[in-house]
Amino acid sequence: MFVDGLRCRECGRAYPAEALHVCEFCFGPLEVSYDYEAIAGATTRQSIAAGPLSIWRYANLLPARNDGAVDLGAGFTPLVRADRLAAELGLGELWIKNDTTNPTGSFKDRVVAVALARARELGFKVAACASTGNLANSVAAHAARAGMRHIVFVPADLEAGKIVMTSVYGPHLVAVDGSYDDVNRLCAELTSEHPTWAFVNVNLRTYYAEGSKTLAFETAEQLGWQAPDHVVVPVGSGSQLTKIAKGFDELRQVGLLEGGAPVRISGAQAVGCSPVATAFAEHHDYVLPVKPATIAKSIAIGNPADGWYALDAVRSSGGALAAVTDEELVEGIRLLARTEGIFAETAGGVTIATLAKLAAAGVVRPDERVVAYVTGHGLKTIEAVAPAVDPPVTIAPSLEAFNDALGADLEEQP
Amino acid sequence: MSAVVRIPTQLRSLSGGDAEVKVDGATVAEVLTGLEAAHPGFAERIFDGDGKLRRFVNVFVADEDVRFLQGLDTPVADGQTVSIIPAVAGG
Repeated sequence: MFVDGLRCRECGRAYPAEALHVCEFCFGPLEVSYDYEAIAGATTRQSIAAGPLSIWRYANLLPARNDGAVDLGAGFTPLVRADRLAAELGLGELWIKNDTTNPTGSFKDRVVAVALARARELGFKVAACASTGNLANSVAAHAARAGMRHIVFVPADLEAGKIVMTSVYGPHLVAVDGSYDDVNRLCAELTSEHPTWAFVNVNLRTYYAEGSKTLAFETAEQLGWQAPDHVVVPVGSGSQLTKIAKGFDELRQVGLLEGGAPVRISGAQAVGCSPVATAFAEHHDYVLPVKPATIAKSIAIGNPADGWYALDAVRSSGGALAAVTDEELVEGIRLLARTEGIFAETAGGVTIATLAKLAAAGVVRPDERVVAYVTGHGLKTIEAVAPAVDPPVTIAPSLEAFNDALGADLEEQP
Repeated sequence: MSAVVRIPTQLRSLSGGDAEVKVDGATVAEVLTGLEAAHPGFAERIFDGDGKLRRFVNVFVADEDVRFLQGLDTPVADGQTVSIIPAVAGG
């Protein structure tokens, strides 16, 4: 490991690399501090290529060691060229980072693998989290594999799939009667009362968040060690977007990517929960919290912890933020499925619909190499898209019935 | 009128290790001023140079974020709980 310690992102105070997430003086977030010179000396494209086909090929830029007891194989997901979708949107070179193929079906496996590996290094025996669903799935699965107890908190109105995909791994799924922001506040308080629990996105958050950098690392490597021109990222807490920006910066810092223009970072939100997109549109330098009302529950965070930093990353890179309605996000899910054969959850629909909106506005341009991050599997949010898809054609088991029902339809197509 | 202020781990060195402190006050501002009087040091940690809550400090009255209420002017009823909570969590 090449970790120097932790440092407050606001006031710069230094802390040891323990289970700390907040500066004791100004309450700013703590960031992992690395010895980049040593990383540059120890890391080459070849050494990465020789590593495992998972996030751990980038271990030198992560704040934990690969821990086989936790590892389910998160990361190194496909980067898929999306020509048919690009044609629909009037874009040129478009890629989908298909993070639906992670072990529990979302990018959260990246952050959880890092957080629980670090938690075990620090001696924790209990894993916990405040989740909108995907994180709950991932914490429960990784904790089960590692033989850790887990206690997982979610809002009570989650999709059925996300509940079952958590509870199958064992007991202690707690459904809180409230919004995600209520769950989050409760967990922030519980962290003070139960310091022996590793809340991956509270007291372990400094390490956890670093896992999202691998979304940038993989993208660059899979493009033949080139940076994209423009990426589109869903925004819940804003952490993933902020860390993707950091990931591209770090690759340049350690010499794995050539210099050049910064990657433009754009963010996607749902209209029913768009505090960061609203701050962008209204040119605010603060993010006002909102009460979420959207079917995109995985990114329904009204009080985003990294909202300000996401806003800053978007503005300073020349990107944009936009928000789409629930109807538009469902159409985004269908469009991605129809054109590229990838079934995304609601947050992925938000990303695709926002990409379409930004392309139509000329913000995402046809002369750019574009990557859209699709970070959760559609099986998790079936109920969002079920009412919008064609029902099956039900027939008697005979040729005649088939020809009556579909014959004419099929002859029209090659 | 007295409120119960819940203190996060990060600030308990100022309250002698106590997780809860009883303070008089009818608004959030009065309660936090009372907290500073009882345990000096809180104000510089919670407020920025302009006397506003720091960007990464959230304050809740009866589990509701005061930014959805009346901010520092939010009334605090007798016996209600005022929680100081680090904003950086979740996601």
